[in-house]
Amino acid sequence: MDQNRAPLYEALEKHRLDRVVHFDVPGHKGGRGNKELTQFLGERCLKVDVNSMKSLDNLNHPVSVIKEAQDLAAEAFGAKSCFFMVNGTTSAVQAMIMTACKAGDKIIMPRNVHRSAINALVICGAIPVYVNPGINKRLGIALGMSIADIEKAVRENPDAKAILVNNPTYYGICSDLKRIVEIAHKHNMLVLVDEAHGTHFYFGENLPISAMKAGADMAAVSVHKTGGSLTQSSILLCGENVNSDYVRQIISLTQTTSASYLLLASLDLARKNLSLNGIEIFRKTVELTEYARSEINKLGGYYAFSTEIIDNDAIYDFDITKLSINTRDIGLAGIEVYDILREEYGIQVEFGDLGNILAIVSAGDRAMEIERLVSALYEIKRIYSKDPTGMYVHNYIEPEVVYTPQEAFYSRKKALPIKESQEMISGEFVMAYPPGIPILAPGERITEEIVNYIHYAKEKGILLMGTEDMNVDNINVVEGE
Amino acid sequence: MELWYTEKHTENAEFSIKVKKQLVSKKSEFQRIDIFESYDFGKVLVIDGYLMLTEKDEFIYHEMITHVPMAVNPEIKDVLVVGAGDGGTVRELTRYETIENIDMVEIDRLVVDLCREYIPQTSSKLDDDRVNIYYEDGLKFVREKENKYDLIIVDSTDPFGPGEDLFTKEFYGNCYKALKENGILVNQHESPYYPNDAVAMQRAHSKIKSIFPVALVYQAHIPTYPSGHWLFGFASKGLDPIADLKEEEWNSLGLKTKYYNTDLHKGCFAIPNYVKELLKNA
Repeated sequence: MDQNRAPLYEALEKHRLDRVVHFDVPGHKGGRGNKELTQFLGERCLKVDVNSMKSLDNLNHPVSVIKEAQDLAAEAFGAKSCFFMVNGTTSAVQAMIMTACKAGDKIIMPRNVHRSAINALVICGAIPVYVNPGINKRLGIALGMSIADIEKAVRENPDAKAILVNNPTYYGICSDLKRIVEIAHKHNMLVLVDEAHGTHFYFGENLPISAMKAGADMAAVSVHKTGGSLTQSSILLCGENVNSDYVRQIISLTQTTSASYLLLASLDLARKNLSLNGIEIFRKTVELTEYARSEINKLGGYYAFSTEIIDNDAIYDFDITKLSINTRDIGLAGIEVYDILREEYGIQVEFGDLGNILAIVSAGDRAMEIERLVSALYEIKRIYSKDPTGMYVHNYIEPEVVYTPQEAFYSRKKALPIKESQEMISGEFVMAYPPGIPILAPGERITEEIVNYIHYAKEKGILLMGTEDMNVDNINVVEGE
Repeated sequence: MELWYTEKHTENAEFSIKVKKQLVSKKSEFQRIDIFESYDFGKVLVIDGYLMLTEKDEFIYHEMITHVPMAVNPEIKDVLVVGAGDGGTVRELTRYETIENIDMVEIDRLVVDLCREYIPQTSSKLDDDRVNIYYEDGLKFVREKENKYDLIIVDSTDPFGPGEDLFTKEFYGNCYKALKENGILVNQHESPYYPNDAVAMQRAHSKIKSIFPVALVYQAHIPTYPSGHWLFGFASKGLDPIADLKEEEWNSLGLKTKYYNTDLHKGCFAIPNYVKELLKNA
């Protein structure tokens, strides 16, 4: 196939030039019906915000230009088939789980998954078998899964349908994917990879192995995160062992019938760009990140970690495009540095947790932005640093699972103030966002440690969400406990 | 046929200079650089379409950005100049025999090369023995220095394009750290007049004010800059530009200047009410 082509984009361009008269939705009619929006986004953009039609194919039943674009993407990513997703990687993760599991089926997964994975369990009724991730005490972060833990989980649950792997984690930590695939396939389990932060693994050089290359069966890839497409666009990749027509049906259960062509075209053009220029794009990304890392480590008080933390097990590999910076030694929580960067220096980083901040660096950055980040971190250290004793840096607490997520979520529940909820079973999620990894999922016991963690995280200014109560003061617990 | 260089001061206001001929037009990694020969203003340096200097009125800018701090602290020995590729600021500084070292950091070598070739009026002293030129990002340079300079002069372009980071809080903070106890920071501070320039001026002032205990602005009349009304920032760790003015000492140096004098020094910190208001609300 010719990776220089972008069939979906080309069809949209032709459509625009054809000056078709529209008596279909959307009602803004190329922007004429909403002048302020058109002025804001530009006429070009509104003119291609169209609905599916014969010449532009249909995402729920692709036969022409969408199919061609998806096939090109499948080839580019080394997959058997590929689906363009317009409701984020969340929808791709859910499609993977719902493809692999029915109600009552078991799925092995690390507990530090994104909320989208546990949400899928609430919807489809599959039962999680959690593998506790490794923990790096110095950094306070959850890692990948160790092979021994996976082998144990597989041995104890030979009837599990799949293993879900979060690879890389938000912080750039990778598990031994190839080995996990071997173990899973030996036991007739599928390997599903939440590869939201790993688009670049498919196109850059000297980066950790991608899910498809490692032989995984499905992978959810946030092209919008590091691949250059529009926010909310994503792709789902499938390998040989998966019936892609069934996957399409699963996706259609919850997918919009009015998929945005802006998102779809952005995936098409991002794939083309990555195919043609990916090596150079990620070479530049790595160069900028490595420079930033070495300069930040010279400042003292910050630790921008990299491949030196690899232990060949729970940290099997590290994604060097990630700029994760531990802030513990300057006595500030990551979230505090995150807030100061934004409020005092006009610099927005991806997230701050209790011990770290994560900056996303891409080929869209210039040397100047990197200098600004490094200089601002120096200033923050000079002006705000404190004594680090007594800092709480851990971001992961091992859960005690009492009910499945679905059972707990749909059970009779009552609201209690969080500080009085100790020893109860949670009926809902509590998570810091970003990164969106649940502190509590439905069905898990609320321990003293968790109550303290929530209190501390709130005090430090971390944005918590997931509960019915928008202020996260109260929590719904399972009744009858 | 007539050839004119026009700069848009706002969407609806323009300033034009009749051009005799274009001497050079080149694009560097960072920006486009043009030099014109004009009828009334001598040579004109233009970067990315914006007028940087004319031979006719550059003396005002360069005298005011250098002699004001030098008259407050004649002990200044070690100076950092950020930007200033045309050399005019360095030319004024080299007139002080007491200055021992001038580090100049300019991100764009091509600006310096072209000014050396076409505008010797400003670039003539760049080869002075005390001058060291570094071609790199000003922010990167200054963040690696601590307690080193008596004076930092930020002679930058505008707060967009390659000079953008010279208008940030992290830059001013790192300047503070690079300055000695009696250090002074003087910067090109945009104009209070047209709204877009005024916003940039306010932002710069609020950032500098949050870092330096003394943060004032002074003004000069520069005919070829938008509105002609231009500001400079004077910030220090303690020295006051008027109370600490060494009037007699400076006058005894016998430097001949065309714009600056010590009476004007005292007056240039007196600013119009609308500018006071802008600064108060910055």
